[in-house]
Amino acid sequence: MSSLGLAFADGAVVAKRNLIKIRRVPEILIWTTMSPIMFVLLFALVFGNAIEVPGIDYKEYLIAGIFAQTVLFGSTFTGAGLADDITKGIIDRFRSLPMAQSAVLMGRTASDIVYNATSIFVMTITGLIVGWRIHTGPFDAIGGFLLLLLFAYAVSWIMAYVGLKVSSVEVVQNASFMFIFPLTFVANTFVRQDLLPGPLRTFAEWNPVSAVAQAVREAFGNTGSLPEPDVWSLAHPVAYTVIWVGIILAVFVPLSVRQYRKAASR
Amino acid sequence: MVGMIRTSGLVKRYGKVLALDGLDLEVPKGTVLGLLGPNGAGKTTAIRILTTLLDADEGIAEVAGLDVRTEPHKVRERIGLSGQNAAVDEHLTGYENLDMVGRLYHLGRQKSRARARELLDQFELDEAADRPAKTYSGGMRRRLDLAAALVAEPDVLFLDEPTTGLDPRSRAQMWETILKLSRGGSTVLLTTQYMEEADRLADDIVVIDRGRKIAHGNADQLKAEVGGERVEVVVASSDHVPATASILGRISQEEVHIDEPTRTVTAAVTGGVDILGEVLQRLRDGQCGIVDIGLRRPTLDDVFLSLTGHVAEEAEEILEQAHEKGDVREKEAVR
Repeated sequence: MSSLGLAFADGAVVAKRNLIKIRRVPEILIWTTMSPIMFVLLFALVFGNAIEVPGIDYKEYLIAGIFAQTVLFGSTFTGAGLADDITKGIIDRFRSLPMAQSAVLMGRTASDIVYNATSIFVMTITGLIVGWRIHTGPFDAIGGFLLLLLFAYAVSWIMAYVGLKVSSVEVVQNASFMFIFPLTFVANTFVRQDLLPGPLRTFAEWNPVSAVAQAVREAFGNTGSLPEPDVWSLAHPVAYTVIWVGIILAVFVPLSVRQYRKAASR
Repeated sequence: MVGMIRTSGLVKRYGKVLALDGLDLEVPKGTVLGLLGPNGAGKTTAIRILTTLLDADEGIAEVAGLDVRTEPHKVRERIGLSGQNAAVDEHLTGYENLDMVGRLYHLGRQKSRARARELLDQFELDEAADRPAKTYSGGMRRRLDLAAALVAEPDVLFLDEPTTGLDPRSRAQMWETILKLSRGGSTVLLTTQYMEEADRLADDIVVIDRGRKIAHGNADQLKAEVGGERVEVVVASSDHVPATASILGRISQEEVHIDEPTRTVTAAVTGGVDILGEVLQRLRDGQCGIVDIGLRRPTLDDVFLSLTGHVAEEAEEILEQAHEKGDVREKEAVR
């Protein structure tokens, strides 16, 4: 088998191991899907009556933002999982085996796609219950979901690097929240970016999370009579998102693999 | 004899702390080397370097004739690692753990499965095979961990403190297993803090302290090197300890060792049983309340004491603190 083939085969073995773990400890999945459900319900039912987004019903507007936010938070699962494996000595076991150096990371990020897909599914159901609807055809909608998963996959690699670097589950979770919160709130996720003041508006316009939310909104036909965005990033949200995905992967895949090679236990 | 494991002038620094200070080791094919030393002596660092988990700063490390620095992948195909640093996945069953390791050694689906079942039988884990490893006792986990190291039938085995934290019965079982492996022709490098363990299992013992080799030989040679016998006196009250120590000090060949909590004074002597009578007489004259007195051959504990000037456990505490700092540095160094 070629070395790339071996890397995929080894990655599949590791991914299978991670999926067994999700199945054995369903609490992890249950509790992490609770928070997006809570977000959907709180925003739709509490803020839905208070926040006005001119041009569209708030529930319609909100869901794409929550989707983007949730996959971003979901990516911390990758970092936390790797940090946990380092602490428990599993990474040492893997590193002493003649397996492909990239396999543990490929397997981890691959199994986390399943994890993210599950939480997107749960949110979709919750959204439908509170009155959100998809107004486009199945191909557009599937495109929207795939873009979310692609973005989540790329961010997983950032978190993989963080997890290997700090090797503490708690630090991964707390530190990443400090970055993810501003990223998901200074964006068009919950309010219209063109109504934000000065520098916040610029940040929100070029924030990749805004592009993801915009792309998903368009894919589901949740744009109502919102004005057409006039910045390039939001006028071409799919292209802009894919560019970010490319940059993140180009930087963090090699960086993470390098970090894996010298990951120290304890 | 071919050296299956060989290090020469191995140096590893964590910041200013020297974890390994020019360590030379040679383990001939089919033998067991016991690497003996307190916590922080550098045992684990040596294992980590030899198993490709850590890069040395200086020196050469070879396994099965392969340089661990330049051919780490080939080295990994030949070795098995078990102990402190490698672990089993607690959410997977025993069977799933071994099957996964087999697949990652690229044994193929059929062979991985067969080998997993075979090892579970061999390590008496067949009944627990389909339970998640987190339900296992400490001894069962260690056995599973060792089984994982044996999946690909490696030529060279690294066992890092394989019995630390085990109850006496599990320890005895583990010893039995390791002896079987060594009789089967495996080359084993084993680290331990227990003298008795090295005595039981190792063909050859290297005592290290602060990253340096301080003695080398088989158990008998090391004991002979220390020489003589030990008189051990237990007194009734701690008031009698100083007087007893001073009397024994006059006939001892080295400094006497005092263990306060058990009120035990130990002295190195020569002259066999005759000396015992003399010691007894002197202690009676000195009115030391003797509870127990005995003559014994030196143990590896005595060897360690005489070589390093401190007992393994005392050293453990001091070095554990240094090691903790070392760990912090290790992470910093990695960054």
